[in-house]
Amino acid sequence: MRFSIYRYNPETDKAPYMQDVELTDIRPDMMLLDALRELKKKDETLSFRFSCGEGVCGSDALNINGRNGLSCITPLVSLAEPIQVRPLPGMPVIRDLVVDLTQFYKHYRSIEPYLIVHDPVPEEEFLQTPEQREKLDGLYECILCGACSTACPSFWWNPELFRGPAALLQSYRFLADSRDQATADRLQALEGPYRLFRCHTIMNCAEVCPKGLNPTRAIGEIKKLLLKHII
Amino acid sequence: MSHANYGIAKHRFDTLVIGAGGGGLRAALQLAQAEATVAVVSKVFPTRSHTVAAQGGMNAALANVSPDNWHWHMYDTVKGSDYLGDQDAIEYMCRAASRLVIELEHMGVPFSRLDNGKIYQRPFGGQSQNFGGAQAARTCAAADRTGHAILHSLYQQNIRAKTHFFDEFFAVDLLLDDEGYVLGALVLEIETGEPLIIEAKTTLLATGGVGQLFRTNTNAAINTGDGMGMALRAGIPVQDMEFFQFHPTGIAGKGMLMSEGARGEGGYLINKDGERFMERYAPQAKDLASRDVVSRAIATEVREGRGCGEKGDYVLLKLDHLDPEVIMKRLPGIRDMAMTFAHVDPIEKPIPVFPTAHYTMGGIPTDRFGQVVVPVNQGTAEPVPGLYAVGECACVSVHGANRLGGNSLLDIVVFGRAAGNKITEYLGESRYHRPMGRQYVDKALGHLARWDKRGKGESIGALRDALQRTMEHYCGVFRIENVLAEGLAKVLEIEKRLEDARLQDHSKIFNTARIEALELENLVSLAVATVTSALARQESRGAHTRIDYPDRDDERWLKHTLFYRDGRRLDYKPVTTKPLTVDSFPPKPRVY
Repeated sequence: MRFSIYRYNPETDKAPYMQDVELTDIRPDMMLLDALRELKKKDETLSFRFSCGEGVCGSDALNINGRNGLSCITPLVSLAEPIQVRPLPGMPVIRDLVVDLTQFYKHYRSIEPYLIVHDPVPEEEFLQTPEQREKLDGLYECILCGACSTACPSFWWNPELFRGPAALLQSYRFLADSRDQATADRLQALEGPYRLFRCHTIMNCAEVCPKGLNPTRAIGEIKKLLLKHII
Repeated sequence: MSHANYGIAKHRFDTLVIGAGGGGLRAALQLAQAEATVAVVSKVFPTRSHTVAAQGGMNAALANVSPDNWHWHMYDTVKGSDYLGDQDAIEYMCRAASRLVIELEHMGVPFSRLDNGKIYQRPFGGQSQNFGGAQAARTCAAADRTGHAILHSLYQQNIRAKTHFFDEFFAVDLLLDDEGYVLGALVLEIETGEPLIIEAKTTLLATGGVGQLFRTNTNAAINTGDGMGMALRAGIPVQDMEFFQFHPTGIAGKGMLMSEGARGEGGYLINKDGERFMERYAPQAKDLASRDVVSRAIATEVREGRGCGEKGDYVLLKLDHLDPEVIMKRLPGIRDMAMTFAHVDPIEKPIPVFPTAHYTMGGIPTDRFGQVVVPVNQGTAEPVPGLYAVGECACVSVHGANRLGGNSLLDIVVFGRAAGNKITEYLGESRYHRPMGRQYVDKALGHLARWDKRGKGESIGALRDALQRTMEHYCGVFRIENVLAEGLAKVLEIEKRLEDARLQDHSKIFNTARIEALELENLVSLAVATVTSALARQESRGAHTRIDYPDRDDERWLKHTLFYRDGRRLDYKPVTTKPLTVDSFPPKPRVY
């Protein structure tokens, strides 16, 4: 099987380049991550992140044949050759397939991604009906892999100002939580032309999310809440 | 940050936490709330820690679904441990459980809910009402993504508490002074390849387990036992390493975990004849017997020719009789994973499964306050000053010879918090950092420099593969003297070969080959510890099954193993059979 892999080591390379490599010995049920690990056994300088190998830790988001996804749950058989493997777009490259996600995490931290409760907490659990809890499905499962935000043209253009789909999905995760008491503050913090409203519903985020989540929809819900809040 | 020490950057905190899974983050939160300065060092971004992969849930006797109380939970845990668990620590954990689940809920964990709005609880293996009676439903769950839900919430609370995070820093070695005080650690910034000294009055190891010892495992690639390896190099023993849990239901041949929650929701196992074989092995609990029991049963079915598939090398986990709604609501992650990796939709067809290396019951010996304790001069155990450990890298021991499903998320939260409190006490008594002398750092720097050697040598990847195959073949579910002895020789040979291994990649920037080499050193030293301890223990207890010694032997072996790196020395210490307030549960035959 043929691969074309983005290589760049700032210590030795003047510029990034695409390296053509071949892997024989392909098992039919191999994932892209398995192939990358085999390639690393042959050339240990090839650098990439990975950990759980089953799509829950979010370490190994890459740009695969032009589309963002997790290498550990992308079957090789689903990919056309030569398989183009590049780092996530729009982020500074540290080395090879490893990008600097500082900006991405900064946006996440900025939306105050934690439950805020002002009242004294009860002795037992907060009660939440199954229907109220269901509102969190499709939101809390985010693994912060970065596939969505780095596929978003609005994020590429305004990486410092636009919060990006991942952070906004998490913002809505707390807005939608019946236990949270900071709705007004959360909405206020998203006002202005950039933080939220740079989303132009291009929907790349929902298209690439490896967990099948839909940040565009969440952003739409925030916009509705904000409208209500202003009125 | 200062550069006063020999050109190596240095940071100084009250507490250094190594590892950002649930145990490390829960401790960090407790400390931040006590206004201590805390640094959390993690080789991956915190939410990538392996707690994220825990599925089924966390045990607490909330009694939201079935009648329950902490004392029944304690009984089940002691019995599940095959009486090797320390009953003071088990009582402490089970009593704390309900309050700490509620606390997590208040932090924002999105638990699934019952119609009355309370936290959803499901039945799990080894759970009973009234000391061995009817099945209990004690496992608090957020669908089948409970670890993800808890880890993310704990990370979020630490963001709120302004904890200092050193993301993608690898801990190389503990730094100790001549009097044996732990002064912090030498760590390596993965992005730049620069070493860094983190000085701290107290250091907490929360580095997780060592599932990467075995070829087929449910674990993340990062689970290489780094904290245990550091402890061994610092002269501290590891305890009960022969007890390694094989989870009954990993996807056959691949290892991805299919939660016990699948059986808790009504799934069951069948062999090639379609027989529900657990009825023969555990007439009462059936598929919800303890994990060691179910894993042995599956391995026995396969050995005796009743396995499924062309090679007869797996059994089937059947869920297709359940309401599809249950699978989609309660087990959505399992379904996804089965479809991705086994190409099976469990709504329609059963999933091929086989026992898979899952959890390290053993670890760094601690007391129930998270203090690392080591026997001194044949006498009682004394704390190693300044050093603490919690979670899978530690051995309190609440899991003994076999952990109950749902007790590991509980363990990390309970003892993460307890260690945080104990550290706060110690900080109150210790106003100043002890002096950090150059000589304390030299050994760790030498260790790191070893990988700068150039030239030809074996590759890390090849050695790791050899180690994992050896452990799987010689130290798996069923064990026997001559095979273990052969395994030990092979592991020692790999240890020897590691000395001649060389890196081909010597660059500084994000050199993952160097990290993998340092991880392999930890893996190899723990493989030696595991096989040595397993060879010595001539009985069958919990997860440690010796074909040549099929029975539990309380007379000779109701004791904890301690393995020291120096001379591969073994020592033993008594099990604490006395709980804190209630009567002891004396060893009894263990039937499910």
